[in-house]
Amino acid sequence: MAVSSSSFLSTPSLSNSKSTISFASSVSPAPIPSLRRVVFRSQRRVMTVRSKIREIFMPALSSTMTEGKIVSWLKTEGEKLAKGQSVVVVESDKADMDVETFYDGYLAAIVVGEGETAPVGAAIGLLAETEAEIEEAKNKAASKSSAAVAPSPPPPPATSSPAPAIAQPAPVSAVSDGPRKTVATPYAKKLAKQHKVDIGSIAGTGPFGRITASDVEAAAGIAPSVAPPPPPPAASAAATAKATATSSPPLLPDSSVVPFTAMQSAVSKNMIESLSVPTFRVGYPVNTDALDALYEKVKPKGVTMTALLAKAAGMALAQHPVVNASCKDGKSFTYNSNINIAVAVAINGGLITPVLQDADKLDLYLLSQKWKELVGKARSKQLQPHEYNSGTFTLSNLGMFGVDRFDAILPPGQGAIMAVGASKPTVVADKDGFFSVKNKMMVNVTADHRIVYGADLAAFLQTFAKIVENPDSLTL
Amino acid sequence: MQSAIALPFSQTSLTRSNRVLGSTGSIFSTPRSLQFCGLRREAFCSSPSNHLTLRSDRVRIRSTRFQVSAAATTNGAPPKSFDYDLIIIGAGVGGHGAALHAVEKGLKTAIIEGDVVGGTCVNRGCVPSKALLAVSGRMRELQNEHHMKSFGLQVSTAGYDRQGVADHANNLATKIRNNLTNSMKALGVDILTGFGSVLGPQKVKYGKDNIITAKNIIIATGSVPFVPKGIEVDGKTVITSDHALKLESVPDWIAIVGSGYIGLEFSDVYTALGSEVTFIEALDQLMPGFDPEISKLAQRVLINPRKIDYHTGVFASKITPAKDGKPVMIELIDAKTKEHKDTLEVDAALIATGRAPFTNGLGLENVNVVTQRGFIPVDERMRVIDGNGKLVPNLYCIGDANGKLMLAHAASAQGISVVEQVTCRDHVLNHLSIPAACFTHPEISMVGLTEPQAREKGEKEGFKVSVAKTSFKANTKALAENEGEGIAKMIYRPDNGEILGVHIFGLHAADLIHEASNAIALGTRIQDIKLAVHAHPTLSEVLDELFKAAKVEGHATTKTGDAKIKLNMNEDDPRGPSDNEKQPSLSKDLIVRSTSMSSFVEDIYARVMFLVSRVFV
Repeated sequence: MAVSSSSFLSTPSLSNSKSTISFASSVSPAPIPSLRRVVFRSQRRVMTVRSKIREIFMPALSSTMTEGKIVSWLKTEGEKLAKGQSVVVVESDKADMDVETFYDGYLAAIVVGEGETAPVGAAIGLLAETEAEIEEAKNKAASKSSAAVAPSPPPPPATSSPAPAIAQPAPVSAVSDGPRKTVATPYAKKLAKQHKVDIGSIAGTGPFGRITASDVEAAAGIAPSVAPPPPPPAASAAATAKATATSSPPLLPDSSVVPFTAMQSAVSKNMIESLSVPTFRVGYPVNTDALDALYEKVKPKGVTMTALLAKAAGMALAQHPVVNASCKDGKSFTYNSNINIAVAVAINGGLITPVLQDADKLDLYLLSQKWKELVGKARSKQLQPHEYNSGTFTLSNLGMFGVDRFDAILPPGQGAIMAVGASKPTVVADKDGFFSVKNKMMVNVTADHRIVYGADLAAFLQTFAKIVENPDSLTL
Repeated sequence: MQSAIALPFSQTSLTRSNRVLGSTGSIFSTPRSLQFCGLRREAFCSSPSNHLTLRSDRVRIRSTRFQVSAAATTNGAPPKSFDYDLIIIGAGVGGHGAALHAVEKGLKTAIIEGDVVGGTCVNRGCVPSKALLAVSGRMRELQNEHHMKSFGLQVSTAGYDRQGVADHANNLATKIRNNLTNSMKALGVDILTGFGSVLGPQKVKYGKDNIITAKNIIIATGSVPFVPKGIEVDGKTVITSDHALKLESVPDWIAIVGSGYIGLEFSDVYTALGSEVTFIEALDQLMPGFDPEISKLAQRVLINPRKIDYHTGVFASKITPAKDGKPVMIELIDAKTKEHKDTLEVDAALIATGRAPFTNGLGLENVNVVTQRGFIPVDERMRVIDGNGKLVPNLYCIGDANGKLMLAHAASAQGISVVEQVTCRDHVLNHLSIPAACFTHPEISMVGLTEPQAREKGEKEGFKVSVAKTSFKANTKALAENEGEGIAKMIYRPDNGEILGVHIFGLHAADLIHEASNAIALGTRIQDIKLAVHAHPTLSEVLDELFKAAKVEGHATTKTGDAKIKLNMNEDDPRGPSDNEKQPSLSKDLIVRSTSMSSFVEDIYARVMFLVSRVFV
């Protein structure tokens, strides 16, 4: 199902009526499209070959739309349709829009009636090419609608459209409203729906054990691969190297070859490029007791661990500009004027690095807000290029999976990347020989040795550790 | 009520006015022509209240009369003279409006208040809620980083001090209450303290045993929050709007029972202050009572993107306040089948299921009045109807207590209407010209009929109904404010250009509605008002566009005849000289059109010309 340019559609229509509104102002006529139309095209060749009956799908009218409601069918069953005619009015989360057909034919059957809702991609009606096929289509519709009583998973969305770099995640079928004891707040439910997290799978930490928005965010925002199982944790940051390493062993029987998506190709290209840079790694254990305490305090204000780490890294980089530099030509240092921290995020079927710009200057709360916004955009594939390629330093955190240490591949164009492991209670002996248990986190930085030397990196890490161990400055 | 919309130059207005007047039984005795404007109508003061004879004499000798009256009230005989011309029970906005107008009309007026001056609106309603909404509007704006950024503004995280917000609301209420009290004192209205009740015809008791008499009595006791049975209000976790306006807490999660304008406004306040909200609505749709199109759009803007979810088609059959370490429990049952549907566990519940009239202990049995669900039955002139369906002489009821239209300004308008009547000027209030507003962000406002209502009426009465719409997105001022979200919608008759209803959802909608409500009240047709000029760039151009977008078949009505009639009004006023003496400022706040014979002829002439011009179109 190819929806014509979703960015065009994402502007919410102000009127919920499909009728044309006069926008003309006597003084300043505003050229606003008075009517938005959506064109859908059935791409299910298989079906087309067997019989000339096409399915009319629920189109995705906005990037955030997961399901749509049929406002009205403009045509009745059996009516003849001409290419380009409006057939049905669909209400999305934002607006009502006319949906028109791309084929001539007959509206053979209405599968989803007026006032009913269907997930994006689900068949809402059938289009027969000739009058003779109407009966056949009707039979099909009958079997379909009986099956449609149970929330049937929508067909996987096609990824053939060239525009989006990021594949459309398959909408999760509606969570059954059975008798469950979980209590979730309105915003938590909204977030869960938005991030496609099964609310039943989340353990509530709010008052009276209810699921709060931060629980959902913890499940979705920070550890995004919890909900959609397809990309295993290995698919994130560091592990991407392996993707390139897999050469071409002979195919085993029953293996399948899945071509890269646009984003996956980009990752692959970057990884090969990275091999031309001489890198080295320095690890450093950081005590996080104070940071954890701070996190507990600021968490209710919407601050995430990512924002805390990014802020700490930003502040440390401010003191060690060379780590924030890059080597463009092999002959010189390029000192960057801004400290822009890219943070690796695994998303369905790939990896993207939204950038927190000026991480050293923005305060923690703004940074957290910004991060939330970026993650939202990344998920809805609305990141602008400058929002993912302007990083000067990268942060990759796999701590939430229990990874205790790992090393990351330095992305081309940057001087260093920090790989953060989980914070774990560790027995430590102090200088007097007393044992105690402290939360320690392993931080491992990979850097370009052409510009960053061992001592530079060690000093940077020391500063970073100091900031994390005395985190009060983070909130200033 | 539609009768009062009769308009000059409409073909139907003559027949309609006959019908209305026929119902009062007074018309055929009056030799003059009567013309209506939408709001106010004048007739001979002979029928509605039959005790007003010799009024001019009374006015002249008023000072002497009062010396006698004190003696007259004590002897138990039906009083022939009175302590007051008008007693108003209840000093809310309705009573206040009536009192002010009565003083202006020269009536000796007293107002009885058992609680605090200002009533619900000033102390527990519109006024403090506007203070909270002013805060929530700013919070919402400051929290909207995208919005700020689009202005090029940088703001660090917005925060608030709950007590500070609550104080703002309380201070505002105090200030307005003092203003109200002072305005009445300054004009010489006697403010009597104590609960008032009706002892008998023209006799009122207040406080312990103070008995006073008045020629006319207005009941304006208002209403209290309605709490359905099964709901236990503790004032802390299960609250009504009375408690919520004190803002003693901002719960993390609050359920709001009822999604009318009270619930909607509070959802705006609570979500801006960081709460999450769950609406519980008995009807199948949120925001019942609004125009369906407006409520649909409003839901997209005011509900869907916010931290709000909702249950529709359910009753909250039982609500238990939080206690013993348990949250507030809400039992939901299906509104139709009454089956148990769900149990909600929330931090607080706000009961916003409407308001119930406050009419207990008013002594209504003394005048044989039976309330209907607590409301005092009245006719279209706010005259109280007793148990036998007969009018109770000299007793009126205005505002929430009669339940006609439970809005502060409606009560005030009803009060003014009653004062008009008791000062010898018949008057029927056109409730369809009373605007209403919901002060969410953005605001919702409306006047007149909704689209379905208008279509139903059109079908019944055989006229066509059209709808015009304009958008805030095309308005320069709205775009300058980065607030392009919203529409204005007008429902009208394409055949004669009559405005049937206007609904606005958008920035400052509540302030914008009055151009439309005044047009309805004055009977201004679209073809006339569309020629009026609006300053550019202002939000009012949204309505300008709306009027211009309408397609009316008829032409602009001739303004000359109309203007002359208006000019004649002051010179040819045929009322008694005493009235004129007392009413030098008649035209200031009232639009009363009475015509002499000559202007009547002109009127007819203009009508004929209008009809002729239509024939030639």
